[in-house]
Amino acid sequence: MRGDRRLFSGLDLSLAAGTYLQVTGPNGSGKTSLLRILCGLLAPAEGEIKWQGESIRSLAEDFFTSVTYLGHRHGVKDELSAIENLRISNALNGIVVTKDRAREVLARMGLAGRESLPARLLSEGQRRRVALGRLLTCNTKLWLLDEVLTSLDKSAVDLIRSLIEEHLASGGIAIVATHQDLAIAAGSSQRLELAT
Amino acid sequence: MLRWIVWRDLTLAWRRRADILSTVFFFIIVVSLFPLGIGPETELLRSIAPGVIWVAALLASMLSLNRLFANDHQDGTLEQLLLTPQPVFMVVLGKVLAHWIVSEIPLVLIAPLVGLQFDIPNDTLWILVLSLLIGTPVLSLIGSVGAALTLGLRGGGVLISILVLPLYIPALIFGAGAVEASIMGTTPAPHLYLLGASAIVSLIFSPWATAAALRISVE
Repeated sequence: MRGDRRLFSGLDLSLAAGTYLQVTGPNGSGKTSLLRILCGLLAPAEGEIKWQGESIRSLAEDFFTSVTYLGHRHGVKDELSAIENLRISNALNGIVVTKDRAREVLARMGLAGRESLPARLLSEGQRRRVALGRLLTCNTKLWLLDEVLTSLDKSAVDLIRSLIEEHLASGGIAIVATHQDLAIAAGSSQRLELAT
Repeated sequence: MLRWIVWRDLTLAWRRRADILSTVFFFIIVVSLFPLGIGPETELLRSIAPGVIWVAALLASMLSLNRLFANDHQDGTLEQLLLTPQPVFMVVLGKVLAHWIVSEIPLVLIAPLVGLQFDIPNDTLWILVLSLLIGTPVLSLIGSVGAALTLGLRGGGVLISILVLPLYIPALIFGAGAVEASIMGTTPAPHLYLLGASAIVSLIFSPWATAAALRISVE
C-alpha cells in the first residue's frame, strides 16, 4: 500500500537457495516498494516476510546480516573516495576490508586508477560501480537489487551478470527489479510481473 | 561499529570544513553584536552575559541540525545505515556524538573568548565552559529528534526550530542559571547538577525517539 493505493495483493512466493527472481512491471507498479518490503525498510500493510522460517520483524537486526539491498539511490558519499566508500560501508556492516582488498574489488569493478578520487568527480555509472563493489565483499545470502543497471554500460552489465551467477552458484538468492532482461544462466530462474 | 559511524561523520565533516566554520562564526557574531549595541556599560553587560551566550549557543546549534541526517537521506546512505546489523539507536548515538564533536565542541572552546567582551570574571568563564560542556550534549540529543522528524520536508529548517527550541528551555535555564549564580558569587553547583540530569534524561530517551522517526522517514 502506498498512500491509499493498493499496489499488489495476494502475493505468495517462496524462494529456494540458488534462485534468481526478476521483478518486472511498468513504472509505478510497486517493484521498489516490494523490494523495500522484502528488506524490512517498509512494513507490509498485510502479511509477513519470512527468512529461513522466521519472520523478519522478529529477526530484526539479525536479518540484516544475511541481506544486501542496493536501491536506485546508490548510497555513495560524494565527499569520500571510492576506496573509503567501500571500506566504510563494509565496516558499518561489520566486515573489515583492507585497503588492498578494496583496491582489488575496485579493479574488478573497472575502477582501477580512480580509487582515491572523491566520488563526486566520478560519473554516475562509475559511482554505481562503487556501490555495486559491495556485492563482492558483503558475503550475504540474499541480494535485493533495485534498478541497479541504470546508467551502467554494457561491460558493467556483463560484470553484474557474472557476479549474480557466481552468487547463485554458491547458494545465494538474488531478487532484481529491472526492465532489462539480464539473461541469467541459473538453475532456477523465475520472473514476477507486477501489473498496475 | 559506533566508532566507525563517528569516524565516518568526522571525515565527512572535515571534508566540508566550511559548514563547521559557519556555525562558529555565527556564534561569535551573534554574541559580539550585544556589547556593540549596548555600549560599555559593564554592569548591564555582565548581567545579560549568561543569557546572551547561551541563547547564541542554542541558535548556532540549530543551524547545524539540518545537516545531521539530510545529506545521508538524500544520497541513500541513510537507508544503508538503517540496514546495518546493529540497533538503529546505535547509529543515532554515533551520529549525534559526531555532531556534538563537530558543531558543539568548537562553541564550548570559543565561549570563554567571546565571554571576555562581557567583562565576566575569570572564575566565571570556567563555569561558563563547564555549563556548555554539560549542556551542549542536550542540544545535540534533543535536536536529533527534531532533525529526524523533519527529514525530507520542505522548509524543514524553520520547523526544526519550532519543534526543538521549546525543548531547549530547561537546558537554557539551568545553563544560564549556573553562570549567573557564579557572577552573583553564589554556588553554581545546583544548576550544573540539574543540567547534568537533563543531559542524562535526554541521553536515555532521545536516541529511541530519533530512531523511530528515522524509520518512518525512509518509508
